Parts: sequence; C-alpha cells; structure tokens
Amino acid sequence: MSVREAPVATAEPPPAEQPGRGQWRSRVRRTGSRRAPGRAARQGGKWWVPWLFLAPALILFTYFKFIPMGRALVMSAQDVRPYLGNTWVGTANYSEILSSESFRSALKNTVVLAIGQTFGSMLLGFCLALLVEGQTRKLSFIRSAAFLPVVVPMAVVAELWRIMYHPTSDGLLNQVIGLVGLGPSGFINDPDTSLASIAVTGIWRGAPYDMMIFLAGLAGIDRGLYEAATVDGASTRQRILHVTLPGLRPVFAILFVLAAVRGFRSFTEVFLLTNGGPNGSTEVVMTLIYKLGLEQNRLGVGSAGAVLLFLATLVLTVCVQLLRRRRTA
Amino acid sequence: MSAATETALGLTESKGIGPRVAKLVIYSGLFIVFAGPLLALLVSSFNHISDPTQLSVVPKTPTLDNFRIAFDHGVLKYLLNSFFVVGFGLLLQVAVSVLAGYALARKVFPLMTVVLVAILATMMLPEEILALPLTLVLGDLPLLHVNLMGTLAGMIVPLGAWAFSILVMTEFMKDVPRELEEAARIDGAGELRIFAQIILPLCKPALGVIGVFGFTMIWDQYLLPLLVATNSDSYTLPLALRTLRIDPVVTPGVVMAASLLALLPSVIVFLLFQRSFARGLTAGALKG
Repeated sequence: MSVREAPVATAEPPPAEQPGRGQWRSRVRRTGSRRAPGRAARQGGKWWVPWLFLAPALILFTYFKFIPMGRALVMSAQDVRPYLGNTWVGTANYSEILSSESFRSALKNTVVLAIGQTFGSMLLGFCLALLVEGQTRKLSFIRSAAFLPVVVPMAVVAELWRIMYHPTSDGLLNQVIGLVGLGPSGFINDPDTSLASIAVTGIWRGAPYDMMIFLAGLAGIDRGLYEAATVDGASTRQRILHVTLPGLRPVFAILFVLAAVRGFRSFTEVFLLTNGGPNGSTEVVMTLIYKLGLEQNRLGVGSAGAVLLFLATLVLTVCVQLLRRRRTA
Repeated sequence: MSAATETALGLTESKGIGPRVAKLVIYSGLFIVFAGPLLALLVSSFNHISDPTQLSVVPKTPTLDNFRIAFDHGVLKYLLNSFFVVGFGLLLQVAVSVLAGYALARKVFPLMTVVLVAILATMMLPEEILALPLTLVLGDLPLLHVNLMGTLAGMIVPLGAWAFSILVMTEFMKDVPRELEEAARIDGAGELRIFAQIILPLCKPALGVIGVFGFTMIWDQYLLPLLVATNSDSYTLPLALRTLRIDPVVTPGVVMAASLLALLPSVIVFLLFQRSFARGLTAGALKG
C-alpha cells in the first residue's frame, strides 16, 4: 500500500518514507480534547481544502438557486420584453398583480387549500399515528400500507384521483359516497366542491407522512409517564390530553411549517386535477404564475407573484420559529 | 402491564371480543382508504377499461393490452428518460452531498456559518418559486452560455445540490470519531484517502437515507421537467401521463398502466429501504 500524498499537518513532522504502522499513533493520542478548534484547523491543512469539497454544492446552488432568485427580484421590477430589452418599471408589476382580481382569488384559494391540507393532514395523521402505534407485525404492515401514498409520484396520485372523482353516479368515489346515501357529487368538476376535492387528495397523500413523523415523536415520549397516568387513574382521553399532546408539541410546530409551506407551493396536483378550473375556483398562486409567465410570457408580473409567494413562506417560517423559540425558552 | 409496550391509546393491550372487532374494522378501514386506490390502479391497469366509471378493484377481464398500447405511445421511451434522470441525478446529488458534508462536518474554516446559512436558505427556494427565472437560466447558463432547455441534463443539474442531503450527511459525518481520522493521517493518508476510505465507509446508513430520499425526490419531480421539456422526446414518465390522458383514443386503463410503471420504482425503493426511510424522516423533520 503506497501513500502518494504527504500527510497534511500532523503533530509530528511528516515522515519521509512510510513509517511502520502505529509508530506515531501513541504520541498523538495524548493531545488533549477532541474538538479543540485550533487543533481542528491545523488538521484541516491548507485553507482551500474545505472549499474544494464544497465547490460542487456551492456552484450548483449559485447557478440554480441564487442566480434565479436574483433574476426573479430583478425581473419583478422590470417590463420583460424578449429581444427588445427590459425596461425598469419599479413597483408597477407588484401593484398590478396585487390589484388584479385573479391574483386575489388565487391567493384566497391558496390560503384555503394550504390551511385545509395542513390541518387535515395533521389531524388525520395524528389519529392514524395513535391507531397504528405499537410493536406488532400486523401494525407495521398497516403502517407501510398507509405510507404508500407518500412515495407515489404526485402525477400518478393526481391521475388516479381524477378518475376516482368521475362526476357521474357510477364514478368510483360517487359509488362510495352513494353507499351512505350521498351524492352524486361533481367533485373537481363542480366549482363548489373542486377546491375541497383537491384538498382531500392532498390530505390523502400528506396524512401518512405526518403520521410517520408523529410516530417518531410518540416513540420519544417517556413510557413511564403513561404508566404513572394509568396508576393515577387517568382515562385514555386524559392521558392523550396531558401526556401525549404536550410531548408532541415540537412535532406539531415542525409539521405545521412543513405542511403550510408545501401547501403554499401546491402546483402539480392542481395543474393535473383541474388546472385552475372550473371557473377559476381552484386557481392557486403557482398555477397563476405558471400561466402568466410561461403561457402568456408576462415574466415581470409572474416574477412579482413568485417573489410575493417567497415572502409569504419566509414570513410564515420565521414566525413559527420565533414562536417555538419563545415557548422553549 | 408492561411499560415497554404502552402506547398512547393502549390499543395493543385491549382484550375481549368487542375491542378486537373494533380494531379489525379500524385497521381494514385504514388499509382500504390508503392502499385501496392504489390496488384499484393495479387492477385497472390489467383490465380492459374503456371509460373511467369502470375503475374497480375486482379483476374482470385480465389483459396486458393496456401495457401494449402504452408502449405503442412511447411509454418505454419516457420510462427510460425517467431512469436516466433519476440515475444521473442521484449520482450527482449523492456525490455533491458527501463532498459538502465532509467539509462542513470535519473542517473548521472561516465563513463556515455563512455557508451553512446559505445552504439552509436554499430550502426556502424550491423549483416552484424559481420556475420562471430558472427557465431563463437553463436556456443560457451564465458564463458558460450553454442551453439546457429541452435536454435531460436540464432536469438533472438543478437537482444536483439538495440541502436536505447535505445536512443529513453533515450531521452523520460529525459523529465519526476524530481518532480514526488522526490515526490515518499519522499513517500518511492524504485528504482524499481519509475521505474515501475512512469517513465514507462509516457513513453507509446516511448514504442509504440520502439515496432513498434523493430517489423519491427526483422521481417525483414534475414542475422542473415540465419547464425544461420543450417537446415530448424529453418527457419523463410523470409528464407523459397527462399527454396520454388528453389523447382521445387512449383509455383510462392505459393511463393506469402507465401510472403503474411510474409508481413502481419509488414504491419498490420504499419497500426495500423502509428503515432508511424511517431514519430520514426523523432526521429531516425533527432536527429541522
């Protein structure tokens, strides 16, 4: 085994030839604590070594995250005219999109959809987690089966639900709700139920994900507390209210941010299930941006919408993080 | 009563005929709600189905025609496109993540906090928000002046760096004992050798996590391929589902057959690597 590179800076002078194994080891062992910063820096060798390792990630992030974000900010203040040159329009794009009826209604739909999906998934996911918590093989089978929707590509989910939502009385879901004497519903074809239908599809795919996170949280709750609660004569309801829920508080906060941010960005399911229809009843910000930018080529206004969407998710994340900090402090 | 098996609801301890029946009903209900639609998809893809009302979970007229027609419509090509994108995308993503993770976990250098914040910030910038400028950047890469629109490479490189993978790798590499690295250094191992032969082999669990998550993340991509693909030659399978559905001569059975092909790879990966999945979910969500 030959070592071509010289050892970078060790506590000992680099040997000219490869030393017998272990010859230098014993002396280094003595050198104090594991993570002394000065030592680690010395170990790191030349200053550019970490940057070399980071380079691929930083280059890719610059190209496909930071430059596009910069472009979005610039374009949102421009009238973008391919081949003619862009002109600065200041905040005109923002005032245009904020005052447009279609953006406002898309914003409303987005918020409604995000709230519906977030709370629906969390509530259902929490109940599921309580039901399937346990060690038996039967339960782990149920858990895996319930988790399947999460790994199915969203495009497949949308196409599948599109067929299940068939609006006549012999559509699959109409037959199901027919069993309890409801329907037939138009589902995604009816402006009154279309947004709720998309939310249901989103919950179907989001709840099992939340369930898995809740299960991880449940596993972290001290079993002794359950035992103590039972000894004290607490009912199941009291046990969940006073032991389980407080123990899961951080999980709720994280899931809320993840799901809400995911909800704001909803695109694929809306695009494939309704593409904003019928009658604009399911138009969300992302489908509107897509139409403005790529179908109508109004890149400036579309970018302004994207920047607003970014700000919304940023504010939401920061607020929840601050709330969490304050509560844990 | 054993404390180890205590759960929040205490369902596993319930005895007697009443609770057992209740449990059976609940669990079959769960199974039907979440796995039922997928079973319907599976059965329908092997059935003659001419209109969407015939979607059912009962096999009536078993056939492979749906797949034959799907392949006639180019589904094999789209499937290969998808495999190409996920294969090279994952390779790139894993390579980028382990390299960056090594620097962030094992080195101390100036501006490290800035780099970490920048990587965290990219989590706030998904393809959705960047959709419009991303098409411009991909159409003419700054400095390089390469046009990636309409190419599979255009669907791969933007996914090459993923903050989640980098952070999982970083967290895991931090836990490799310093002593191993020092011993190797003393034995004359260089930076690359330490990275590839000491640190990396100890990170197999983390590689599993970023592998399965990267796979499902890339396989699930929709908006990015939609932005990049300029004609159907560069469609991935998820994109092709919509074109198939819109085609008036294609029956829902064929769409379901293509859908089955589109979901099988990620479902198989999930079933094979469930433990990596569970580990990654908690790493990603609970550590922030």
